[in-house]
Amino acid sequence: MNNSVLVVVLASAVTYGTPLLYAALGELLTERSGVLNLGVEGMMLIGAVMGFWAVQHTGSLTAAVAVAALAGASMALIHAFLVVTLRANQIVSGLALVIFAGAAGLSSYLGNDLSLADEPARRAFSPVFPKSWQNVDILGPIVFKQSALVFASWILVVVVGLYLGRTRLGLNLRAVGESPESADAMGINVAAYRYAHTLAGGAFAGVGGACFSLWITPQWVDGLTAGAGWIAIALVIFAFWRPGPCLLGAYLFGAFSGIPFTFQARGILSSIPPELFQALPYVMTVLVLVAVSSAGARRRLGAPASLGTPYVREER
Amino acid sequence: MIRIERRLTQPKWLVIAVPAGSIAAAFLLMTIVLFATGHAPLHTFDRLIRAGFLSKQALNDSLVSATPLIFTGLCAAVAFRMQLFNIGGEGQLLVGAIFGAAAGIALGNHTGWLSVPGMIVAGAAGGAALALIPAILRAYFSTNEIITSLMLNYVAALVINYLIFDSESYWRDTSSPTAKVFPQGKPLPDAASWPVTHVASLVIPFGLLLGIVIATFVWLLYTRTRFGFEVQVIGDSPRAASYAGMRTRRKILAVMALSGAIAGIGGASQDGDIRHTLDPRGLTAANYGYSGIVIAALARYNPFAVCIVAFLLGGLQNAGFTLQGADFPSGLVGVMQGLILFCALGGELLIRYRLRFVRTPRATEAEVPA
Repeated sequence: MNNSVLVVVLASAVTYGTPLLYAALGELLTERSGVLNLGVEGMMLIGAVMGFWAVQHTGSLTAAVAVAALAGASMALIHAFLVVTLRANQIVSGLALVIFAGAAGLSSYLGNDLSLADEPARRAFSPVFPKSWQNVDILGPIVFKQSALVFASWILVVVVGLYLGRTRLGLNLRAVGESPESADAMGINVAAYRYAHTLAGGAFAGVGGACFSLWITPQWVDGLTAGAGWIAIALVIFAFWRPGPCLLGAYLFGAFSGIPFTFQARGILSSIPPELFQALPYVMTVLVLVAVSSAGARRRLGAPASLGTPYVREER
Repeated sequence: MIRIERRLTQPKWLVIAVPAGSIAAAFLLMTIVLFATGHAPLHTFDRLIRAGFLSKQALNDSLVSATPLIFTGLCAAVAFRMQLFNIGGEGQLLVGAIFGAAAGIALGNHTGWLSVPGMIVAGAAGGAALALIPAILRAYFSTNEIITSLMLNYVAALVINYLIFDSESYWRDTSSPTAKVFPQGKPLPDAASWPVTHVASLVIPFGLLLGIVIATFVWLLYTRTRFGFEVQVIGDSPRAASYAGMRTRRKILAVMALSGAIAGIGGASQDGDIRHTLDPRGLTAANYGYSGIVIAALARYNPFAVCIVAFLLGGLQNAGFTLQGADFPSGLVGVMQGLILFCALGGELLIRYRLRFVRTPRATEAEVPA
């Protein structure tokens, strides 16, 4: 039963959905403050490479995740400085971050310079539950075989949800994203909120990247995340900027990312070229985005009102 | 305390001083990166500039590197000017290369003189076709074109790999047993090689000249026609444009098609000028599309500035490629490009705003000890 294709695909959906979930939750916080950060792919790659470096040097996975979060946040700091303090164009700045940090930039430079490429990982995340649990029908592979990163991400969804909906800080954050003028008049420090949540977004993206290098792959190769950062941005739109739907969407997109590997490994539909399966996550992202954006336009569900625009107090 | 005030007029000299200053500032920041990772900054820069610009061979190689960048730079500039963020230049160039190579193979053996124009038209059609997908989705379903155009880059890369590595397609060389084991593209017929021009001791690829012609065309289109005027109005204020009765949807389709067509011609130029076959590895490894974004932003979307910046970044890319090795890690040029772009973005503040150093009364009080 645990070997049936459906169970394997569902298990891979959770596995490949987890990095997407971390990155998307982070981007959700950033965008809720009115800052659009398209640099997720770059921040994930830096998180992945620095997390891998940390585990090779310290042998501690906790330290590695912390380093990945820090590395992602430091990349986000560049973006925050440019768009909040210097009022630069958020789209171009985000793209600049991908070019700076991405597959042909700093992440590759660091990977080569610290000679991490193709090295076997000293330690990697492994299942937390005992073997007997992992062999339970259906739930075994889908839930109990997963690593701590998965369970931590569930806690994070709840925490982010409560933070946004049930705390003073979350209310202020939403005010900053929807109407920075009113938030400013209420005495909320708009710039501080935007900085803090852009940095948090970077830290989450860094951890998302580390999911690949510390658990799924576990090694470092250039461009390891293969577009996951972009899918995460699409995921935020898919989830209408809400953490709950984010979880659902992450596993949906996770399934699209996992299916190529599962089908190829099992020789399912082997007459169809593998490229067709590999294109699946990208094509599905486009299709889902089309469905969501036309539905979103109709139901007027959508982005924080000030998303993408700098806030300048004396100008209206 | 520093106060930031909006400038009422933008001085002309700043428009040149700021990009130049950005490049200088980027070198400064790069010094820090190199120093922090244990490399000698001055030695690295010296080698970089030598390998990029300071010999006949280096200059010729840099012109070859600059050629695709002019196309992808123009591709980004044309669309970004309307606030239409087509970051699919990478994929559009790949599809242009596929179409261009098909035209080259098909026309080269029969009607030789047609191959060069045929490849240009085919490349343009391929690039435009791919760009129209995000354009239609944006115009009719209001889908974010940034993500859709980017996703198609990955799809285009998979398609080109499939054509050469995983199928016996029209583009693949199947003439010899070795070609069956080591997949590669069919060599293009001689008639499909684009001509070169010799100026002094420099060899100028036809694609480079074509790029400059297209830059001139784009400049004329955007500064001298009603179409260009409307594109700029839509870019600066979509609301004003719709009140004035401008047809935004049509413009989205037209501008994206133009943008994609330019990148597509860049792909055809890769086949005709440089590679003389459909070369998936070389094309996908070079990241021409992403560099184009850096170039367009640095050129502030001015088509002639795109050509100049493309030459500078082309030299950098060529140098990075030549020097790649253990003491010169790959990725260095990408870091450099990112830093230049960051500095240019920061510098934009200086063009739009004026910094004034003012002493607030509170600050003066705090400075005087009681």
